[in-house]
Amino acid sequence: MTPAPKLLRALNWITGAMFLVACYLVLFYAPREAVMGEVQRVFYFHVSAGWVGALAFLTTAVCGGVYLARGDRRWGNVALASVELGVVFTLVNIVTGSIWARPAWNTWWTWDPRLVTATVMELIYIAYIMLRQGIEDPDRRARFGSVYGIIGFLSVPVTFLSIRLFRTIHPVVIGSNDPTAEGAFDMTPRMLQAFMFSLLTFTVLYVTLLWHRVRLQSLTDHVERLKMRLLAQ
Amino acid sequence: MPDVASLPGALGVSPGLSFGSRLRGYLRAIGAVIWKDLAAELRSRELLGGMLVFALLVILIFNFALELDVRTRQTVTSGVLWATFAFAGTLGLNRSMAIEKDRGCLDGLLLAPVDRSALYFGKMLGNLTFMLIVEAIVLPTYSVLYNTNLFNPGLVLVILLGSIGYVVVGTLLSAMAVQARTRDVLLPILLFPVILPVLIAAVKASNGYLQGLEAADILPWLNLLIVFDVIFTAAAFMVFEYVVDE
Repeated sequence: MTPAPKLLRALNWITGAMFLVACYLVLFYAPREAVMGEVQRVFYFHVSAGWVGALAFLTTAVCGGVYLARGDRRWGNVALASVELGVVFTLVNIVTGSIWARPAWNTWWTWDPRLVTATVMELIYIAYIMLRQGIEDPDRRARFGSVYGIIGFLSVPVTFLSIRLFRTIHPVVIGSNDPTAEGAFDMTPRMLQAFMFSLLTFTVLYVTLLWHRVRLQSLTDHVERLKMRLLAQ
Repeated sequence: MPDVASLPGALGVSPGLSFGSRLRGYLRAIGAVIWKDLAAELRSRELLGGMLVFALLVILIFNFALELDVRTRQTVTSGVLWATFAFAGTLGLNRSMAIEKDRGCLDGLLLAPVDRSALYFGKMLGNLTFMLIVEAIVLPTYSVLYNTNLFNPGLVLVILLGSIGYVVVGTLLSAMAVQARTRDVLLPILLFPVILPVLIAAVKASNGYLQGLEAADILPWLNLLIVFDVIFTAAAFMVFEYVVDE
């Protein structure tokens, strides 16, 4: 077994340190928001997780496309790894959003375009994981995953469009048409710094986790090949 | 054995033939697949029968679940119809691909010297035909059962566009689902989140026509349906060969 590359081990420590700094910035450095109070602090990690979720699914679609075009399994592995991370980060995004919405909108949930789109996106990629689990042949698994990753990613913007159209024709009972309107705020420079740093931290965290997951996958493939060779003897 | 590349169905790999004759061969290949599906269905009648009975049962369930009295009916009819079509549709899509897979017909189709996308369009149009037949029977039945007039050219257009969007994605995903272990469970899970925009737009547009709204209110939904149909036909056309490749 090959040891983890030096850069990856360094990244582990860098990510950990950045996360501590981000926590400090979010909890202490950024000022308390005047209207919403402490609960506004959830915003920094909420948006960062959402961003990483979308980035992860984009990575899946792109790597899936490259895999289909070139047939190199490594791209397929990156696509799979990215989906699993995307599902986790999108879940973080939805849950933190819900925690914030309770005091800000006075409800855990509203059928707002962004909320519904995030949920549908989450469901698409849970279906992606179920699809991959249902197929044994590794090549076919990677191919189907890539196809579904592309189809799913294409449908997300159309879903957002359709739900927004749905809402502009029908009035919404809770909140308003524009999700930023209810509970919107202007960021002070300190808030902006904390926000930007959170974004960066989550992106680095994503890269680190992705690297670990891809490595794990290639080790799994390696073990699989060794098993086959043993059985063949 | 004749040279495979020179057979008329092989679009794009037969440089000796003119574009017109290649296109004719391509269309003939699509027609052959549709014809095969229709002929098989005409003799067995297992797919359409299943879909139809299932669709009527769904409507029956909605009747009691929603208390479809005169007032509710006006607002929920389009929703009930599309939920019925969506559920009955998965039944048909699953069956249509399972037949190919279980009896080894898919391998036979893949051996045919035609472009893979011709197989896709053939299966897709076959599924679309079944779906439209079911809808053509369900609509008048619903009209009679609930004394609602559903004969509206706008509604027919919406049903056509919506069914195309549904089947375009459904055929591609069912070809993947049948090759998985959990195939019957998998198809709706794969399909429904992706075709959500089609269902939303179709329900809203149908409702618009049934309520007699102005064309300007319905047009955005029709546009959305057309956009979805175009994007996903193109995407499915490009990726289908990776789904059936061995």
